[in-house]
Amino acid sequence: MTETKKERIDIHSYLAAFDDIPGTRVFTAQRARKGYHLNQFAMSLMKEENRKRFLADESAYLDEWDITPAAKQAVLDRNYNAMIDEGGNVYFLSKLFSTDGKSFQFAAGSMTGMTQEEYAQMMIDGGRSPEGVRSIKEGY
Amino acid sequence: MARVTTGITSSHIPALGAAMQTGTSNNDYWGPVFKGYEPIKEWLKQPGNMPDVVVLVYNDHASAFDMNIIPTFAIGCAESFKPADEGWGPRPVPDVIGHPDLAWHIAQSLILDDFDMTIMNQMDVDHGCTVPLSMMFGEPSEWPCKVIPFPVNVVTYPPPSGRRCFNLGDSIKAAVESFPEDLNVHVWGTGGMSHQLQGPRAGLINKEFDLKFIDDLINDPEHLSLKPHLEYLREAGSEGIELVMWLIMRGALGDKVRDLYTFYHIPASNTALGALILQPEETAGEPLNPRKVMSGHSLATA
Ligand SMILES: [Fe+2]
Repeated sequence: MTETKKERIDIHSYLAAFDDIPGTRVFTAQRARKGYHLNQFAMSLMKEENRKRFLADESAYLDEWDITPAAKQAVLDRNYNAMIDEGGNVYFLSKLFSTDGKSFQFAAGSMTGMTQEEYAQMMIDGGRSPEGVRSIKEGY
Repeated sequence: MARVTTGITSSHIPALGAAMQTGTSNNDYWGPVFKGYEPIKEWLKQPGNMPDVVVLVYNDHASAFDMNIIPTFAIGCAESFKPADEGWGPRPVPDVIGHPDLAWHIAQSLILDDFDMTIMNQMDVDHGCTVPLSMMFGEPSEWPCKVIPFPVNVVTYPPPSGRRCFNLGDSIKAAVESFPEDLNVHVWGTGGMSHQLQGPRAGLINKEFDLKFIDDLINDPEHLSLKPHLEYLREAGSEGIELVMWLIMRGALGDKVRDLYTFYHIPASNTALGALILQPEETAGEPLNPRKVMSGHSLATA
């Protein structure tokens, strides 16, 4: 056996580096744990009967889930940045904006502080440049 | 003997499916995207090009898998798979018909090759799987080939490394080649290219990164496979990480490939879109004419 020793990734620096990306929350285990109930709530909207029940009384439906008051408020406000801060993930939350009849572009745009028109135009003009938004520390 | 004849990459964004459903695929916005796929659709109709089976690598977007089960690599071994209801009702497309014999054969072979697969005997498939089928085959009443859905976790960190994906592709190739039936098998890698769907940085597109990625995928995949997750995140946006799935496709094609067709377009909704046809050099067909198509904002000079 002359197999070379496996090069291991240091998990601490692997995870820490994610905090250096501007305007981005990487869906790490820590976020996944925090957002477990919020994300499972969103998954429940994959059923038509649940969508109906949710839309009929959002607050009551949310009370059936073990989510924080902040997460509940974020859902009621359709504040996607706040939901992501509460551990939400956009693919889970897509069940919520789909229930509202909204698209990924709508949800993504709503998180940028731009109007929907401005965001759509930015995309048509080639999207957001990576210039200056790759790293906070290194500013490039 | 079964063989992997072709690798195809495609975007799988739901907006493409919506454009077909709402009859807007010819408008100014979507027209160029669907036009860029036209040569692939035509190519697939030529004799010998239609696969018997597609191993369709995609990521489940919180549809079949919720927060309770997060398999890194899974393989659909069922007879058929229903389109998932992702919040707006299931996509109105045919059920995906599997190939359980080949799927189980691949699953067993991969496990013997040290890839610990999750085997799915019941699974709904979301836009990640069905949108590429729609883009390649249009709107038939049933899909023209069998499909083995192959979901990869790229949602909850850490996703598999590029290296792991590339090696997995190589093992899929070996598994297919040891299947006794004579089958034309495609491996499709879907998702990407650069895009970010969340946070104040949403809307990120990196044309330079994407074009280099395509070039390296064709010519230097060994090196490309070493790219760390952090670089995808910084350069290609938080959802650009889907591109590691293209390395599974590439790994299944062997050392040298010929690029028959490359299509790159900015923007499709929030994303930069790339669609390629690659074949192993030894058995490659003729490149399409034109061989490379860019459209939308990708044509603008930097
Ligand atoms: Fe995706």
